[in-house]
Amino acid sequence: MKTQVMSKSAVRNRAVRTPGGLSVRLDVRAFTVVVLLLVAALTASVVLIGTGDFPIPAADVLRTLAGNGDAGQEFIVNELRLPRVLVGLLVGASLGLGGALFQSISRNPLGSPDVLGLSQGATAGALVVIVLFSGSADQVALGALVAGLVTGLAIYLLAWKRGVHGYRLVLVGIGVSAVVTAVNGYLITKADLVDAGRAVVWMTGSLNGRDWTQVWPLLIMCAILVPLVLGNARALRMIEMGDDVSYALGVRVERVRMLLLVSAVLLTAGATAAAGPVSFVALTAPQLARRLTRSPGPNLVPSICMGATLLIVADWASQRAFGADQLPVGVVTGVLGGVYLLWLLVTERKAGRI
Amino acid sequence: MLVDSPPEPSAETAPAPPNRRAIRAVGLVVSLAILVLVALASIAIGAKELSLEQVWHGLFDDTGTYGDVVVGERISRTLLGLLAGAALGLAGAVLQALTRNPLADPGLLGINAGASAAVVTAITYFGVTSLTGYVWFGFVGAAAVGALVWFLGGSRGATPVRLALAGTAISAALYGYLQAVMIMDHAALSKMRFWTVGSLASATDETIVQVLPFLAVGTVVALLLARPLNAMAMGDDTARALGANLNRTRALSMAAATVLCGAATAACGPIVFVGLMVPHVVRSFTGPDMRWILPYATVLSPVLLLGADVVGRIVARPAELQVGIVTAILGGPVFIFLVRRRRTAQL
Repeated sequence: MKTQVMSKSAVRNRAVRTPGGLSVRLDVRAFTVVVLLLVAALTASVVLIGTGDFPIPAADVLRTLAGNGDAGQEFIVNELRLPRVLVGLLVGASLGLGGALFQSISRNPLGSPDVLGLSQGATAGALVVIVLFSGSADQVALGALVAGLVTGLAIYLLAWKRGVHGYRLVLVGIGVSAVVTAVNGYLITKADLVDAGRAVVWMTGSLNGRDWTQVWPLLIMCAILVPLVLGNARALRMIEMGDDVSYALGVRVERVRMLLLVSAVLLTAGATAAAGPVSFVALTAPQLARRLTRSPGPNLVPSICMGATLLIVADWASQRAFGADQLPVGVVTGVLGGVYLLWLLVTERKAGRI
Repeated sequence: MLVDSPPEPSAETAPAPPNRRAIRAVGLVVSLAILVLVALASIAIGAKELSLEQVWHGLFDDTGTYGDVVVGERISRTLLGLLAGAALGLAGAVLQALTRNPLADPGLLGINAGASAAVVTAITYFGVTSLTGYVWFGFVGAAAVGALVWFLGGSRGATPVRLALAGTAISAALYGYLQAVMIMDHAALSKMRFWTVGSLASATDETIVQVLPFLAVGTVVALLLARPLNAMAMGDDTARALGANLNRTRALSMAAATVLCGAATAACGPIVFVGLMVPHVVRSFTGPDMRWILPYATVLSPVLLLGADVVGRIVARPAELQVGIVTAILGGPVFIFLVRRRRTAQL
């Protein structure tokens, strides 16, 4: 029995040693999952670029991306569809990482930013700009970003009481979420019907009409925050063992937690500003990633890849199922979230936990 | 029939001192008086300013003048507020006792969202137009989501956090569905966006007549559950030893809460936090005895709902702030206060 366990873990974890005497533990299964998810995300991206009112075969898409396409295809691919796909990948990755951080810190599989009021807060900012000022798309994004950050700060401060604990964070977030949802409903009733339609589409989360101006800020944000968060992944993993244990292991719990929470809020607010509150990606991506890697801990890198893959596949599905730009991607991820909740219900029940 | 069940809960074996009981009874009468005052305020105050004479004229000498019509509409609105408020408060008190969870609220547990989604489905896809038609959809939606949240939150092992998360997650999924309906159907958007915030403004006498039977049945059942719920508060084993029928009590509580929430939501849209706040306020001066909590909640919840409605009519003149928004803005801080209290976490 014991040898079996040992051989199994020997297969799963391999130590990689460098000549300089450094060594790193490599979880083979997690690594494979990450590679497969990356391949899936890139394949789906190519297919998505080829999908639309003017379909382009995958081979042509690849040739155009390499710079050898004809002028017409080049315009469609590089100017219209590539930025949309990039926004999708970045938004999915940010939401996946933000969700993984929130779920790890709140210690609950349902503790994701869309349940804890962050998405609703960002939505309120966007609605204020749409309804009260009839602002442009950029102003809407800015409003969402600012309101998302303010909401995150408010939740953190309200949950603070000699430190922030998971359950208090969750419950305060739910309270804030209920209040902001009501405010959002009020803003929609104040709007005229055209603005209200625009607001509802925005609230669902959509990639329609996203261009390079959305790509760059997202890319810069991810380039800064992803390495920062991954650098603290070990500390986060220790925090999951409990505050006291991680203090004893030398982790400055409150500092790391605040740093990671701020990063998670920034990632979520940034993603929401770019594409709207695409529901349930932040909730499902970390869970699905964890199921695939079967490894404990926050699973940050697999969550990033899973988020990106999920969002692109969902966007492709919504375009194929309902026609180009008919229904925003948020509808598909919303359905996905519902299915995930049901599945969670069934498996938890089977496992005898409920 | 439940009242006749032979075993007496502990409150009976160790009766409260008579003076405290008298104080509680007097308190109930005072609460009723406050309710009457708030109801009168709800009739007198509104977006359109009326003099007291005009209000009097409309109440007792209706001759069909403009003022009389306004007063007539406000009377229906006030009546609906009374009924819906009582229903939500009672449902909240029953749910808090049933789940032994101080944060249970029909809104937070997603029951109102379930009723909303079902009602919107009935109106949009099944062409149901009358309240008596879609109230049944409201019941089904409320019951289905109630059961789902209960299981997803961990049934017997449910903690406040898990239940609240399950309710919020399911609400989020259902609101996503509502948004999809509104994106695809602009007619639905123009109708639904007012209903989904929770408002008493569309109240008519017809609405009241249609929901009244459901609310009456739900209220009576809920009030009769006071004793078995008292027994259940002492833990399953003790309650069973005292002779309480646990499964029957659970089923009846759930049914009563479902009927009350479903009917209230069908009539005025989803309203959060009324069912959360009032039982807490009541418990602070009645103690844990459900035989006092339930009647007090029935009387004081409409005070809150009507008060919120009046506030909503004043602050945004000449327009109105829907009552669902006012209760959410009032209730959010109360909820966060409850969460920050240390005791809540341990329950």
